[in-house]
Amino acid sequence: MAKALEPKRSVAKNVLTAFIVGGLICMLGQILQSIFIDYFGFEESQAGSPTAAVLIIISALLTGLGIYDHIAQRAGAGTAVPITGFANSIASAAIEHRSEGYVLGVGANMFKVAGSVIVFGVFSAFVVAIIKILIVGVGGL
Amino acid sequence: MLKGRQSWQFDTNPVIVSAATVGGPFEGKGPLAEDFDVIFDDIWLGQDSFEKAEQKLLENACNIAMDKAGLKPEDITFFLSGDLMNQIISSSFTARRLGIPYMGLFGACSSSMEGLALACKLLDNSGARYVLAATSSHNAASEKQYRYPTEYGAQKPPTAQWTVTGAGAVIIGKDGPGPVITGTTIGRVVDMGVSDPFNMGAAMAPAAVDTIENHFNDFGIDSDYYDLIATGDLGFTGYTIAKELFKKKGIKIAENVYTDCGILIYGQNPVVFSGGSGCGCSATVTYGHLLNRMKKGEIRRMLIVATGALLSPMSYQQKETIPCIAHAVSFEMS
Amino acid sequence: MEKLIWAFLVGGSICAIGQVMMDVFRMTPAHTMTTLVVAGAVLGGLGLYEPLIEFAGAGATIPISSFGNSLLKGALSEAKRNGIIGVLTGIFEITSAGISAAIIFGFIASLIFKPKG
Repeated sequence: MAKALEPKRSVAKNVLTAFIVGGLICMLGQILQSIFIDYFGFEESQAGSPTAAVLIIISALLTGLGIYDHIAQRAGAGTAVPITGFANSIASAAIEHRSEGYVLGVGANMFKVAGSVIVFGVFSAFVVAIIKILIVGVGGL
Repeated sequence: MLKGRQSWQFDTNPVIVSAATVGGPFEGKGPLAEDFDVIFDDIWLGQDSFEKAEQKLLENACNIAMDKAGLKPEDITFFLSGDLMNQIISSSFTARRLGIPYMGLFGACSSSMEGLALACKLLDNSGARYVLAATSSHNAASEKQYRYPTEYGAQKPPTAQWTVTGAGAVIIGKDGPGPVITGTTIGRVVDMGVSDPFNMGAAMAPAAVDTIENHFNDFGIDSDYYDLIATGDLGFTGYTIAKELFKKKGIKIAENVYTDCGILIYGQNPVVFSGGSGCGCSATVTYGHLLNRMKKGEIRRMLIVATGALLSPMSYQQKETIPCIAHAVSFEMS
Repeated sequence: MEKLIWAFLVGGSICAIGQVMMDVFRMTPAHTMTTLVVAGAVLGGLGLYEPLIEFAGAGATIPISSFGNSLLKGALSEAKRNGIIGVLTGIFEITSAGISAAIIFGFIASLIFKPKG
């Protein structure tokens, strides 16, 4: 009954907003990447790193200023899925736990939300890499 | 004296000697701002952590209640308090400052009425001279502990609620201006299998309905006895579900009698989604706004049913559902 | 110009998929991001993520799924150079900038800012 009576999430609206905001952030990333290639002489393959770094700095700044969470409430996955979400999860945890000190607070709690992304990212990359090497090594694929 | 299955009635009704409520900046912008004794405009209350700020809130409420009653900590026999923090540190650390014999409670957001009910029983049969019952909650401190860092960009669903930053304290004794407490019903834990920590209202509604039903049975009354019945923090979502449950069980409750503190404290404000919650919600609305309405003569008899969700961040991670409880206290203006 | 449009469309779509995971499948943000990262690694392994990056550019590199792909790429390229041990030594090669920046600037943020509640 609880399911029937709860206010409906506006799924369509949320998905559309996520699409637009996420798309815009990626567009910004594309523009930044072009700037790094054209003006700073990066190779296409290398420009990804500074681009990610810039977006991360912006996210950390907006998180610290207390603006990020307000944007994210509207944008949902639009801000959470891009690398901005990753940066925000780390920055927000770091900021929150300063009251417990820098070592036990900031340091120990920083990866509260982002931890699983790193753990599962690394582990799945490891598994896929091993599988791929074995298959290619055995002469298949 | 035991009344029915799980309620208490008193030989002499305990009297509310004084009550105090304090709130944060957001509560100061709500429709009930005028009913708070003090509104703080800084959620840090000048402290260097949210947890310490909550202790200050609770301490303030207790001190103002004692000032209003013209009492000092030495005059208060017992101090009962509960809150949402791990190991109820807000209450314990406040008790440390007050120096009154202390009993800590955990009823989550039902702490206000759990404390008041127990306080009344302590007072009964000359078990105490004055008892101070209080509770508090802090929005940022509870978000940090139960959900995500406050600046984290997680999207809250429309069933989510906004924890009140506030504290409410009440002192009861043998005589005073009133109102009086005419009865209390202790609730039992009810779990209907709701597991979404962002939809507490749905989880708590069955517990509220269960306690109200038992209260009516124990005292042999129905909703007509009261001018107002208010649940603690079901919010818009839980309120709607509770009304459906009443209908299903054939318990009649008129729309203009039944309300909810989580709805009253912020009114219709999209920022709070489904309404207010937290220990401070039922406490500040009851000990401020509703008591004022009683003193003005607008309400003669009211039943406050504080509702609590007894989960922990870990129980949720271990795929447990959310057990809830509700405690009811009946107030009457003589 | 065309690259910008594809970046918008592909990036937006991946985010839209994330939103569906959160709203329809009721997954937490952590579960959603973790799933996308793993998907990135798997798609990378199947040889499907690099072509996506070719035509969508930042639309594929900015979402967190790219992280999974980069971790895999690092592992594979190092394994090619130095044998199977490369899987361990190379995983963070490409993603180092992102993780380091997040830690460094997250920490700096904690030095400067207080949470607003």
